[in-house]
Amino acid sequence: MKKSGKLLNAIYVVIVLLFLYSPIALLIYRSFDFGSNDVFAAYKEFFRNDVAKSALKNTMVIAVISSCIATVIGTAAAVGISKYKNRKFKQAVMLVTNIPMTSPDIVMAISLVLLFGIVFAIFGVSDYLGFTSLLIAHITFEIPYVILSVLPKINQMDVNLPQAAQDLGCTPFKAFFKVELPAISTGVWTGFFMAFTLSIDDFVISRITAGSYTTLPLLIYSAARKKVPDYIYALSAIIFVVVLVLLIIKNVISSRDTNKKRSVGRAK
Amino acid sequence: MRKNSRGILQKLISAPYLIWSVIFVILPLFMVIYYTFTDADGYFTLKNLATLGSTENINVLAISLAIALIATVVCLIVGFPLAYIVTKMKSGGQTVIMLLLMLPMWMNFVIRTNAIYVLTEAMGISETFTAAIMGMVYNFLPFMVLPIYSVMAKLDKHLFEAAHDLGCTKLQSIFKVLIPLSMPGVVSGITMVFVPSVSTFYISEKLGGGMFMTVGDKIDDSFMLYTDYNVGSAFSFVLLILIIISMAIMSKFTSDEDEGGVLL
Repeated sequence: MKKSGKLLNAIYVVIVLLFLYSPIALLIYRSFDFGSNDVFAAYKEFFRNDVAKSALKNTMVIAVISSCIATVIGTAAAVGISKYKNRKFKQAVMLVTNIPMTSPDIVMAISLVLLFGIVFAIFGVSDYLGFTSLLIAHITFEIPYVILSVLPKINQMDVNLPQAAQDLGCTPFKAFFKVELPAISTGVWTGFFMAFTLSIDDFVISRITAGSYTTLPLLIYSAARKKVPDYIYALSAIIFVVVLVLLIIKNVISSRDTNKKRSVGRAK
Repeated sequence: MRKNSRGILQKLISAPYLIWSVIFVILPLFMVIYYTFTDADGYFTLKNLATLGSTENINVLAISLAIALIATVVCLIVGFPLAYIVTKMKSGGQTVIMLLLMLPMWMNFVIRTNAIYVLTEAMGISETFTAAIMGMVYNFLPFMVLPIYSVMAKLDKHLFEAAHDLGCTKLQSIFKVLIPLSMPGVVSGITMVFVPSVSTFYISEKLGGGMFMTVGDKIDDSFMLYTDYNVGSAFSFVLLILIIISMAIMSKFTSDEDEGGVLL
């Protein structure tokens, strides 16, 4: 009886995973050209395609710059928020932090477009959607994720640590970089990777705020409206693998962190 | 004194973020409200909201709500048992399964939706209501499983033994112990599936063969196609109200404990 129950459970999990992965498998299968003598034809086509290459470049530029800025602002914000004494104020700030995560992407995107419209109109710029607006939008939706991955690490840290460093002669500045930052570094890295992947992945917000600046998801969208060209399948497969690798890196970092903690706990 | 100045310094470090939030999060939301209640010349009007009352737009709202509700229910029915099964596995297995569940979520939304389109074609149900629901479930199922799992994983296993010792059957212990204690996870799961599925665009349009327009598609159209910012804002305004109401209802079902760990 118990054994059959376990088997049923396993079957259930496998069915759900099949549902989640069969479309991806189908896409990757289609990216290889098994019919002809050049299996990687679609991949070569992608790297010959200048539009696709510039979209790839644009995506990486936005992802790198936005996630770096979001990580700096977000980490600084988390450090500051953890020191707030006023509970009401802290709650209010956390509420605002939750807005970009809980409000629909499309609403956030159009609200930013409305703001840009007014601000740029004041400066007399009419063509205001492009690199800058896209960058601001990405930073805005990434920061909350950075804050929420750094904040728990700060709460785990011994609050007296930075104080002790200062008592031992560190300047507040030095105490932050030598003591506090290393203690929360895994949270910072997790936040950075999350911001980076979200940026690469984003379609809805980019579509509304990017103007004529084309990123990969936007290229895929416009290409997929008509018949999907083969190189899009190749591109999808590449993106899937890249995200997979990023995710593995992120998980290795966080599991190494928990292992370290476990061994420290044991030593005690 | 020195300690005090250090405290101020440390709070100041969050100032860039506070300024950023006011300009790029709070101000834009007020812009949406402003555009909802003004016309193209900036005069006060209720015309935009009245536009939403047309039969076509009421239909759009109804379809969005219906699709989101059905998708949420399906995700709950599929996701709850799944989360429970995963918690009963060995801890290494749990990590692997949860990672596998989350991986597709990190794949591009457009690619994901095209992938599921290929699947619905193969199943012979492409461009139907079922296909649209399937797309929603495919996209948002992990958002349901994740919070439920993180709450269930923290439950004390001895509770079930205790329930058994006190004479509960297996089914009774599920309904009297497991489900009530998992409620916080269920509530955030429902919110995390309902909010994106009521507002998303492209999924139902692509998978439903253009038959099921949602609020998301409407907002997208009014900004990208017609550049009618006022009507687009009115749609966004209504969407925000809908979401605030649903979150208020959901928060009635749970105490306001913080649920860390919900996020990846």
